[in-house]
Amino acid sequence: MKLSLSDKVMKAIIYGLLLCLAFITFYPFWNSLVLSFNIGSDAAAGGITFWPRKFTLENYQLVFKEKTIYHAYLITILRTLIGTLVSMFFTAMFAYAMSKKGIVFKKFYTLFAIFTMFFQGGLIPYFIIVYNLHLYNTFLFLVLHGMISVYNMIIFRTFFMELPDGLEESAKIDGCSNFGVFFRIVIPISGPVIATLSLFTAVFLWNDWFTPSVFINNQNLIPLQTTLVQIINAGATASLLTNVNAHTAAMLQNTVTVKTLQMATMMVATLPILAVYPFLQRFFVKGVLVGSLKE
Amino acid sequence: MKQVAKEVLRSNAAPELAGEPVKTPSVWLRFIRQWDFQLMILPAVVFLLVFNYAPMYGILLAFKEYNLFKGFADSPWVGTMHFRMFFESPEFWDIIRNTFCIALLKLAIGFPAPIILALMLNEVGGLFKRVVQTITYIPHFMSWIVISGLAFSMLAADHGALNDLLVKLHIVKDPVNWLSEPKYFWGILVGLNVWKEIGFGSIVYLAAIIGIDPSLYESASLDGASRFKQIFLITIPSIMPIMMIFLILGIGNILTAGYEDILVLTRNLNNGIMLPIGNVLDTYVYQMGILNQRYSYASAVGLFKSVLSVVLLVIANASARKFGRTSLW
Repeated sequence: MKLSLSDKVMKAIIYGLLLCLAFITFYPFWNSLVLSFNIGSDAAAGGITFWPRKFTLENYQLVFKEKTIYHAYLITILRTLIGTLVSMFFTAMFAYAMSKKGIVFKKFYTLFAIFTMFFQGGLIPYFIIVYNLHLYNTFLFLVLHGMISVYNMIIFRTFFMELPDGLEESAKIDGCSNFGVFFRIVIPISGPVIATLSLFTAVFLWNDWFTPSVFINNQNLIPLQTTLVQIINAGATASLLTNVNAHTAAMLQNTVTVKTLQMATMMVATLPILAVYPFLQRFFVKGVLVGSLKE
Repeated sequence: MKQVAKEVLRSNAAPELAGEPVKTPSVWLRFIRQWDFQLMILPAVVFLLVFNYAPMYGILLAFKEYNLFKGFADSPWVGTMHFRMFFESPEFWDIIRNTFCIALLKLAIGFPAPIILALMLNEVGGLFKRVVQTITYIPHFMSWIVISGLAFSMLAADHGALNDLLVKLHIVKDPVNWLSEPKYFWGILVGLNVWKEIGFGSIVYLAAIIGIDPSLYESASLDGASRFKQIFLITIPSIMPIMMIFLILGIGNILTAGYEDILVLTRNLNNGIMLPIGNVLDTYVYQMGILNQRYSYASAVGLFKSVLSVVLLVIANASARKFGRTSLW
């Protein structure tokens, strides 16, 4: 295909714009990484762009000495693992039953579920219900919040409906119960879908900072992102600095400042996702397509 | 022949296919026979009932004056008092204006952005394309906390990267205080939203574009159309259906001008300067309900927003159907 002059200009502009976009997206992350490895007082003087000027590991040392960070990390990991497992299990099971023909009340269940996607009671009534159920300030709440995702249910259901009947029939001939079919045949075969939806659920749970900030009071139950909020909202960082005696020296020398400490904490909070992300790119691209195009 | 077939069907326990009236077992008998499937459904239904529908009953809260001690049932009815208070409050018009303006801005810029990116990505290839895609997908997976941290760092008045760059290029003489001036708030908010979602949002569109029949392009270029023209005359019309669906969803969501992003950028509403320009319906509910503990009042505002959302969604879908395009239902 021959390209006219205007086409060539267009192509050049496109390459330029894409390059800018990639740069604008990448630079802030890189800069934060660089700042986190830099001496605080030096960073305050500004001008640090692509490489640390005065390298130090002390920001990270301070972060890892701090017990709240450990607790927060633990809570987040537990919440993400257990929450994803539980959510996938109940949602998939729900979807499997809904994919069968001839289920009594199926139309009602469908409407019942889909309606919740369009209309919600609101934050305040939800809060009151949670409080009255004694789930306020509990780890159980962190796991239960958002457990049944109707959106995921629909994706599962579509997938299950397309599984060949023969699969199930041969299992039932061998005397398998319905539950047995679900656990021993359907679930293993649903690997890709489960992987994709687990990924989205896990990311949601990992990043959710708002719900714990409203529903959790106990500092030992605060997950990582919420801790990060406290830190970024300045106040907490100062207390972090004053709390740790072993690093008073670092403080006095200004090797660690609020800003570089924030950067280090942010990197620590984001690292797992950034590390795992390139390997899972295949899955979530597929997942987005399954979800939106296959309706 | 037909008689034989009918006999076979009747005897093979498919009497309904033979045209005979069937005695269906009662609903409840079928229900019990499917006990295991119904059991699979049960936890989900109970969950939705407790965490999604029970709070809807709490909407009645908007018409009561909730008293923590008296509990829900014994709190007195106050009718539409909270709604009237809200409509007459000094911040009402600010909040409505902010909600609509921010939502419209997000839609006006955030809707086309992934489409344009997809169109651009379609024109390049190879390693460059893959690298750009990988990089632009990242912000979607970051929490708003991290994004606000990055934003605060980049936009800082003292030696933030943006200010350093602008000063160095002599575009401005002094660093601009992006984060403390209300007039920049909307821009920063919408900009960050676009930055966060543009990459991930382009995935669906890119997939749709790839599915377009290449022969369409070939015949167009034979007719002398430039690549640029081809994009407008072939690519964009072909992905119209998908665009419409997302547009409808976007309009239906228009009142959800966002709250996580606003909360984070205003440091949980502590940054009072930004409130008149940044407070939207959802953040107002948070402010009044959680921060100020005015439960009933906040519920009323929340209910107002939910009802308005549903109305808008229905209108948007009906208009889409009237114009003959694809619609949600």
